Amino acid sequence: MIRSQVLICGGTGCTASGSKFLLSAFEEEIAKQGLGEEIKIVPTGCFGLCEKGPVVIVYPEGTFYSRVKKEDVAEIVSEHLLKGRIVERLVYSDVDEAVVEEAGKHVSLNETNFYKTQKRVALRNCGLINPESIDEYIAMDGYAALGKVLTEMTPEDVIKCISDSGLRGRGGGGFPTGKKWSFTAAQPAGQKYVVCNADEGDPGAFMDRSVLEGDPHCIVEAMTICGYATGASEGYIYVRAEYPIAVKRLEIAIKQAKEYGLLGKNIFDSGFDFDLHIRLGAGAFVCGEETALMTSIEGNRGEPRPRPPYPAVKGLFGKPTTENNVETFANIPQIILKGAEWFASMGTERSKGTKVFALGGKIANTGLVEIPMGTTLREIIEDIGGGVPNGKKFKAAQTGGPSGGCIPASLIDTEIDYDNLTAIGCMMGSGGLIVMDEDNCMVDIAKFFLDFTVDESCGKCSPCRIGTMRMKEILEKITSGNGTLEDIDKLEELANHVKANSLCGLGQTAPNPVLATLKFFRDEYIAHVVEKRCPAGVCKALLNYVIDADKCKGCTKCARNCPVGAITGAVKEAHVIDTSKCIKCGACIENCSFGAISKR
Amino acid sequence: MKSLAELAAIRDKMKDKVVLREGSGDIRVVVGMATCGIAAGARPVLNAFVSKVAEEGLADKVTVSQTGCIGVCQFEPVVEVFEAGKEKVTYVKMTPEKAAEVVEKHLKGGQVINEYTITNAIS
Repeated sequence: MIRSQVLICGGTGCTASGSKFLLSAFEEEIAKQGLGEEIKIVPTGCFGLCEKGPVVIVYPEGTFYSRVKKEDVAEIVSEHLLKGRIVERLVYSDVDEAVVEEAGKHVSLNETNFYKTQKRVALRNCGLINPESIDEYIAMDGYAALGKVLTEMTPEDVIKCISDSGLRGRGGGGFPTGKKWSFTAAQPAGQKYVVCNADEGDPGAFMDRSVLEGDPHCIVEAMTICGYATGASEGYIYVRAEYPIAVKRLEIAIKQAKEYGLLGKNIFDSGFDFDLHIRLGAGAFVCGEETALMTSIEGNRGEPRPRPPYPAVKGLFGKPTTENNVETFANIPQIILKGAEWFASMGTERSKGTKVFALGGKIANTGLVEIPMGTTLREIIEDIGGGVPNGKKFKAAQTGGPSGGCIPASLIDTEIDYDNLTAIGCMMGSGGLIVMDEDNCMVDIAKFFLDFTVDESCGKCSPCRIGTMRMKEILEKITSGNGTLEDIDKLEELANHVKANSLCGLGQTAPNPVLATLKFFRDEYIAHVVEKRCPAGVCKALLNYVIDADKCKGCTKCARNCPVGAITGAVKEAHVIDTSKCIKCGACIENCSFGAISKR
Repeated sequence: MKSLAELAAIRDKMKDKVVLREGSGDIRVVVGMATCGIAAGARPVLNAFVSKVAEEGLADKVTVSQTGCIGVCQFEPVVEVFEAGKEKVTYVKMTPEKAAEVVEKHLKGGQVINEYTITNAIS
């Protein structure tokens, strides 16, 4: 009889920080102590707090161990599992003092600041079940929504339920999901398809990966429900080849579902047939765009095509197709089971439910958070994210990756939903949220994302192919100190043209990082071109290293460490940097024991 | 999969295995499992609680967990029962048989077995 369970995170983050060694270490140690009959080890998907990985949770106490090393395993087993003494030094407990006093030493995971305001719908099973076990998914009411749909509801009922819930596409566009399904359903019967877009390519975004890794069956179930509602009998999951764990777990999930008859012919004796296939993306960002994605599944070069016709009319293989993002699908089974009203009760007036964000950048708790729509950026960054580390000041949050914009510190109390973000010239995007502090140069950030889109532009249409390149050149001119005020205006004009004239979403959104930083941080652009100065001290060409003669003791350490011999000076006398030779590598700053060197 | 009943059967069979992770039941049974407790036979007591609670279908209501030394070593194995809004009950010198009885009468029936409590042992 199992009295205790040890959950070990097997998401990509924790696997990278060594969780797979923990698994075997726990197995060995538990066998050694003769606890094999009493303790069960469960590998799970992502818990969300990747910053503190590898993460181990012991139930029934719900003790959350963070940054567990192989050497800690013996202690956890002999102290906690055998003797019931929690290994306090490894426990993650970022909680308010009031909670500690009230609850004594038994602080559960849900009371920590990171988790307490989160509301997990799409991520509800992530970190809770073994993603490679269909039985555990079923135990958490898995496939009950599919059963309900096939035995009690008509396709029209299903679409109505999804429409009433107010669910909108989580891939970035925010198109109402029920409406999308109804378009495909309205097409004449015949071969139709369901496609799951798991080509998550935004730098810094990993929500979809975590769902696929932690709860792959919910995507299988949701796609089958979508197939029933829209009249499709086949589905494709287009997933990045760079997500090997997600691919493996999806394959296992599909195999298990087929064995149980939850995929295949005559599911639940309803006469409904549905089958699923996986296709791997080869790493092109543009394939996250729906028409390019379908072109790629068809075996062609991943390039977008003009819309209309929309995929609902003419999609994959020229047939009516419904395409949704992973996170959108992850909400579906819960909406069916708990009802449209339940889902619509969360969020704001026009954005219902929750949204998952991948928190990254200058933030204490890097990880995945799921919050109700309408939560303010301040709550996400300060309460859940634990704030900006090293006492630095929050400057801006970048949302939506290379297609998104940024929210400056002055708008930190913005309630996050689709419409509020659009209103301030930003966009929800797929959910990457990169936090930036005073050390980030906004012009450099814009250049970084533009670099990415220039690389990833497929080249089919000229506004995107040539326009983004010219924009990048202007940004390079500005960051190297050769820009003029006219360049800023030209950049803005060009950005608006690229936005208006590109063929697909990639080009239409590529100028967003530039436009948003121009809107909120124009003064930084001006500092670069007028004063030839980078206020954040990032753009190398605009920096000069200077030795403060009053602080310099003449120890010669900097001169000895300078790789290009740019520093001269006699012993015990102030040294000088020859700026014409200096390559701005920073070696002198690192080596100065007196803090006499600074960059300006 | 041909019917909802078939799905429900798998769910019920598996429910006990994941219910541990759903967190707090209304009642918490804590077994003292420090060295003294283990030496006095706390492990079979703990295991008896776990299996009896499952057997009686109380798994979603009762959380069985372990703790360190409770501090009354002469009375080990010691078991404490916490229930919201009620006073803590401390059972002493427990055995697997007594454990089964506690599940039956106290956890299920709501009747504290005074005979096994520490209050009785001291007075």
